[in-house]
Amino acid sequence: MTDLPGDMPTVLKLDDITKTFGALTANGDVSLSLRRGEILALLGENGAGKTTLMNILFGHYVADNGTVEVGTKDGTLVELEPGSPSAALEAGIGMVHQHFTLAENLSALENILLGTEPLSAFRSSRSKAKKHLDDLMARSGLAVDLNARISSLSVGEKQRVEILKALYRDARVLVLDEPTAVLTPQESDTLFATLKKLATDGLAIIFISHKLDEVIAASDRVAVLRGGRKVADLATVDCDKRHLAELMVGKHIAENARDPQAPGDTLLTLSGVTTGSGRDALHGVNLELLSGEILGIAGVSGNGQGTLAKVISGLQAPADGSISLNGDNLTAASAREMIDTGIARIPEDRHRDGIVGPMSVAENLAIEHIRKPENQRFGFLRFDTIAARAREAIAAYDIRCQSEKAPARLLSGGNIQKIVLARTLDANPCVVLAAQPSRGLDVGATADVHRRLLEARARGAGVILISEDLDELMRLSDRIAVIHRGHLSAPDPTEILDRGTLGLRMAGQSKEHAA
Amino acid sequence: MIRFEPREPASLPRLILIPVAAAVIALALAAIPMMSAGLSVFEAYGLMLTGAFGSPFAFTEMLTRAAPLILTGLAAALAFRAKLWNIGAEGQLYAGALAAVAVGSGWIDAPAVVLLPLVVFCGAMAGGLVMLGPTLLKTRLGVDEVVTTLLLNFIIILFVQMMLEGPMKDPMGMGWPQSEPMLDNAMLPKLMARMRIHGGLIIAFASAIGIYILLKKTVWGFEIRAVGENANAARHAGIPVTATFIRVGLLSGALAGLAGVGEVAGLKGYLTADISPGFGYSGIVVAMLAGLSPIGVVIAALFIASIFVGADSMSRATGVSNYLADLIVAMALICVLISGLFLRFKIRFTNNKTVEGAAK
Amino acid sequence: MSDILDILLTANFWAAALRIATPLIFGVLGALICERAGVLNLGIEGIFTAGAMAGWMAVWLGAGLWGGVLVAAIAGGFFGLIHAILTVPLGLSQHVSGIGVTLFATALSYFTYRTALPDVSSPPRIEAFPPLNIPGLSDLPFIGPALFQQTALTFLALALVAVTAFVLYRTPLGLAIRAVGDNPSAVESQGLSVYGLRIGTVVFGSAMMALGGAFLTMSAFDAFFFGMVNGRGWICIALTVFASWRPGKALIGALLFGAFDAFQVRLQTEIGSFIPGQIFLMMPYVLSIAALVLVARKADYPRALLVPYFRGQR
Repeated sequence: MTDLPGDMPTVLKLDDITKTFGALTANGDVSLSLRRGEILALLGENGAGKTTLMNILFGHYVADNGTVEVGTKDGTLVELEPGSPSAALEAGIGMVHQHFTLAENLSALENILLGTEPLSAFRSSRSKAKKHLDDLMARSGLAVDLNARISSLSVGEKQRVEILKALYRDARVLVLDEPTAVLTPQESDTLFATLKKLATDGLAIIFISHKLDEVIAASDRVAVLRGGRKVADLATVDCDKRHLAELMVGKHIAENARDPQAPGDTLLTLSGVTTGSGRDALHGVNLELLSGEILGIAGVSGNGQGTLAKVISGLQAPADGSISLNGDNLTAASAREMIDTGIARIPEDRHRDGIVGPMSVAENLAIEHIRKPENQRFGFLRFDTIAARAREAIAAYDIRCQSEKAPARLLSGGNIQKIVLARTLDANPCVVLAAQPSRGLDVGATADVHRRLLEARARGAGVILISEDLDELMRLSDRIAVIHRGHLSAPDPTEILDRGTLGLRMAGQSKEHAA
Repeated sequence: MIRFEPREPASLPRLILIPVAAAVIALALAAIPMMSAGLSVFEAYGLMLTGAFGSPFAFTEMLTRAAPLILTGLAAALAFRAKLWNIGAEGQLYAGALAAVAVGSGWIDAPAVVLLPLVVFCGAMAGGLVMLGPTLLKTRLGVDEVVTTLLLNFIIILFVQMMLEGPMKDPMGMGWPQSEPMLDNAMLPKLMARMRIHGGLIIAFASAIGIYILLKKTVWGFEIRAVGENANAARHAGIPVTATFIRVGLLSGALAGLAGVGEVAGLKGYLTADISPGFGYSGIVVAMLAGLSPIGVVIAALFIASIFVGADSMSRATGVSNYLADLIVAMALICVLISGLFLRFKIRFTNNKTVEGAAK
Repeated sequence: MSDILDILLTANFWAAALRIATPLIFGVLGALICERAGVLNLGIEGIFTAGAMAGWMAVWLGAGLWGGVLVAAIAGGFFGLIHAILTVPLGLSQHVSGIGVTLFATALSYFTYRTALPDVSSPPRIEAFPPLNIPGLSDLPFIGPALFQQTALTFLALALVAVTAFVLYRTPLGLAIRAVGDNPSAVESQGLSVYGLRIGTVVFGSAMMALGGAFLTMSAFDAFFFGMVNGRGWICIALTVFASWRPGKALIGALLFGAFDAFQVRLQTEIGSFIPGQIFLMMPYVLSIAALVLVARKADYPRALLVPYFRGQR
C-alpha cells in the first residue's frame, strides 16, 4: 500500500482505553485512530488484548477508563456511549467476531435483517432488503445464497454473511477478529482482495491478526499490542517481518525445530474409516502412523477433523472400516480402552473436553487413571498418592496454580493445557493425538506444547497433529496429510510441500491437479 | 448495572451463612401471607416455634417428619450432583412404600431379622427400579428425564390407588382404600416409648453418612462429580458416563423408596394413597437448601420439617390454612437459589448509569 | 369393534376432544415460545394453578368473565417474571427455578383460596363461559356440534395458534425470538437486548399458560378444586417437544391428545367394568411419555435452550 489516505477524515478515535480484569490489565492506555478508507492491522499474540479492545469498541465491555469517538456522517467526531452494542451499530461500527454470531436456524437473509427493523413492526419487508443486498453483493463481490440456512453454509460463506450484516447497516468502520483463522490461504487472499475493494470505496477497516505475512500484505498501517499496551503504530511500508515479530513477542523465544530422525515401525492404522453423514463425517479414511514421527493433518475447520479426533479418542465408533494399534484391533474401542492401550488424546476444546473445571488440579490430573491401583484401593480414593503425584506433575510441567487443590477452572488456558499434557504424556503413550494443541495459547505456552510433542516423538511415540495453523504443521510435522470434506489425502513428506500446495489441497483440489 | 464476577472457591462460613440467610429471609417473608390472613405475626411465629420445639412430643414429631425429608432430599441431592434431574422422588417414595407393604403385610412370615431387612431392601429396589426407566430413556434415547420423572409420579400414585382398591385392599378396612397392615415383624422399631419417632430416622441418618462417604471418598463418587460438572470431559477421560448415570439413578430412586418404607413400616403400619404430603417435591427444596451436600441435607430437612410441623400446629390453633408451610418452603427454595449467586459470584454494582449520563 | 368406530363418529366425541385440547393448546403455545427464546419454563404446572385460581376468584369477586381472563393472564405473567428474572439475568438453573416457581405458585394459590374461603365445604360456583352459538356454523350437521359449540376461550386458543405462528415466522419480533433461542450473541451483535427479549417472551408465554388454567375454572368447570391441574402443565412440556416447537404441530398434538383422552373416557364407559378406572386415568401420562420417546431421536431442541447468557462472554 503506497498512497496513504492521509488527508482523509478520521472516522474512529480511541483514547487511553484501560480495562482490567481482576489483577490482569487487558488494555492499558491504548490509543488508536483510523481514517476513512484505511486498513489497519491490529497485531499481537494471543492474550495481548486485541479482542478485548475491539469488544470495548463494540460495547461488549465497558472500559475502566478512556473514550471512544466515532465520526458522524458529516465528519465530526462524537463520543460513543460505552457498553452498548446498539450504540456502536448506530454509529456505523460493524464487527465480525472470530466465533460467528449467527443464528444457525435462520437463513442468511434473516440473520442480516435481525435487529434492523423495529420489533413492533407488523411485517418485515424482505423483498426490499433482498434487492438492496443483491446490490451490495454485486458491488463488493461477496456472494452468498441469501435463502440458505446458516447451518448449511461453509465457514467462508458464514464470514461473508457477517460482513454483509455490517455493510447492510451502512457500517463506516468494519472490525474483523482473526478473520483468516478458519480460511484456506486462497480464501484468505480473496477476503483481503474484497477488503481492499471495500476500503477503496471508503470503508475503514481494522483486522486483528497474529500472522505477520497477512499483516504486511494487506494493511496500510500496523498497530502492535503487547501485554495490553500499544508498543508500535507504523505505516506498513516501513515494516519488515522480523521487526514486527520482535515488537509482537518482545523477547526472543526459541522456536522448536525437529531434528531429523528415522521413523520406525507402523503403530496406528486406520483403514477405510467411515462415519455416518453430515458435514463432519469421514469417508474411507486411511492413515498409517509410524513410530517416531509427527504426522500433520491439515485442513479447514469443519472438514472432519473433529470426527477423526473423536474416532481415535474412542468417543465415536466408525460405521465402517477398522482401527488397529500394533496389530490389535481397536475399531470399536471405548475411550477407556484407548487410554489403556497407550493412546494419549489432547482434545481440541480443552475447556469443554479437557478439564472438569470445578474439580481440583489434582483430580483433573488423576481423572484418566482414577481406577488404577495407585489411585484407589477397594473403590476408595487414595488421596495421599493422588496429591503427591499431582505435586510432581505440577513441578515437572510447570503448572502455575495456587496448589494442587485449586479448582482447575481458575487456571489460564496455557496452564490448563499443561494439565492435559501432564496427565496424558506422563503415562508414556505410544500414540499421541493432539487436536489444535496450541489454539488460543500465547507464544510461550505454544512453545511448551511443541516441545512436549517433539519429546514424545524423540521417545519413539507417533504423534498425530491436527491443526489449522500451517506454520505449526510445517515446522513440526514429518509428513502432512490434508483432510477435505471427510477425505484424507495420502501424506507427503513436509520437505516437498509448500503453503500454496497445501492451501489448494485444503480447498479440495486433488494432488494431480495441484502438481 | 450488575456484574457477576466468578469467585474463588467459597469459604466454609460463607457456605453455611448463605443458606441460613435464605432460610431466615423466607421465614421473614412469611409475615406477608400471615398478616394478610389476619394473624398477629409474632404470635404466629411463636406458635410455629412451640409447635416444632415446644415439647418433647413436638420435637419428636418434627424428627419423625424429617426422616422422609432427609431421604428424599438425599435422593435429589445425589441425582442433581450428577445433573440427573430426578424430580420423581414422590413417585419413587410410593413405589417403595408399595413394595414394603407387598412384602411385609403377610406375603411372607419370617422373624424380624429376616423380614425387616427384606422389606427395607425391596422398598429401596422398587424406588430404584422406578428411576431406572427415566435414566435409561435419557442415556439411550436422550429423553429429558425431568418430564418423564414428573409424569411417572402421577402414574405411580394412580397405580398405588389401583392396587389399594383392588388386589391389595384390606378386607378389614371397612371399605377404605388402604392396604392390609404390616406384620409386627416387618415394622421398624420405635425409638421412644409413646412417641411416633421410628427407625426410619436411623436409616435416614445412616444414608446421609453413606452418601457423604460415597461422594467424597470413593471412585464412584469421583466419577459422579466429574460427570455432573462436565460430562464431556468425563467421557473424554474415559469415565463410564452412562454407567454412572444408571448407578446414580438407581441409588437416588432407592433413597426415595426408603422414605416410603419408613412411612409405612415405621409410622403408619399400612399404606394409603395419601401417605406423602409432597415429601418428594419438598426433598428438592431440602437438597437445594443444603447446597447438594449430604450432611447439609440433614440440617435442611430438620428446618423444613420444623416449618411443616410448626405450621400445622399454628394452623390448628388459629385456623389459618397450613398451605402456609408449603408457601414458606417454596419461598425458601427461591431465596436459596438467589443467595446461591453470592456463593458463586462476587456481585458488583457498576455505576454504568453515570458513564452513560456523561456520554449524552 | 364397531362400538369403537361408533364412538369416533359422534359429534359429541369431537366436541369433547376439542374441549380437552383447549387448555393444552394454551399451555403448549406458552411453553413453546418460552423454549424458542431459550428458556425452559417448568413453572407451567404452578402457573396453570395460579391462572385457574386467580381467574376464577376474579370472576367470583365480580370482575366479569373477561376480567377474570385478564386477571389470570396477569397472574401468569407475574410468575413468569419471577422465573425470567431467576433464569435470564441471574442465569440460575432453569430446571430448579421452574420447579421453585411451580411450588410457589401452587402454594400461593391454595393458600389464597383457603384464606379467602376458610369455611366452605363445597367449592362455590361461578357462571362460566357459555358455549358460543354461531349462527349458521353451529347448526351444521355433525360439524356444528363438533366444532362450533365451544366456548369463547376455545376460539381464543385457536386464534392464538395463528397469531403465534404469524408472529414467530413473519415479524421482526418473531425473528428475534427464534434467533435468541439459537444463538444469543447473534441477537446482541445486532444491537438487540438478549435479556429484554427473553424476559418479555417468558412473561408473555406464562400469561398464555395461565389462560390454560383459567379455561379449567371458567369454561370446563365452574369452580376451583385443589389438584385440578393434575399434571396438565407437565403434559404440555412433553407435547412441546412432540410438536417440535411449531405452533401448527402444537395444535395437532393437542388435538390428537384430546381425541385420545376423549376416546379413553368413552371406552371406559364401554369396557370400564373389566378394567380398573386408574388404568384409564394413567393414559394421558403414559401417552405423554410415549410421545416424548417417539420423537426423542430426532428432536431438534433450540440450541440455546437451558444455556444462560452473560454479556461479554461467548
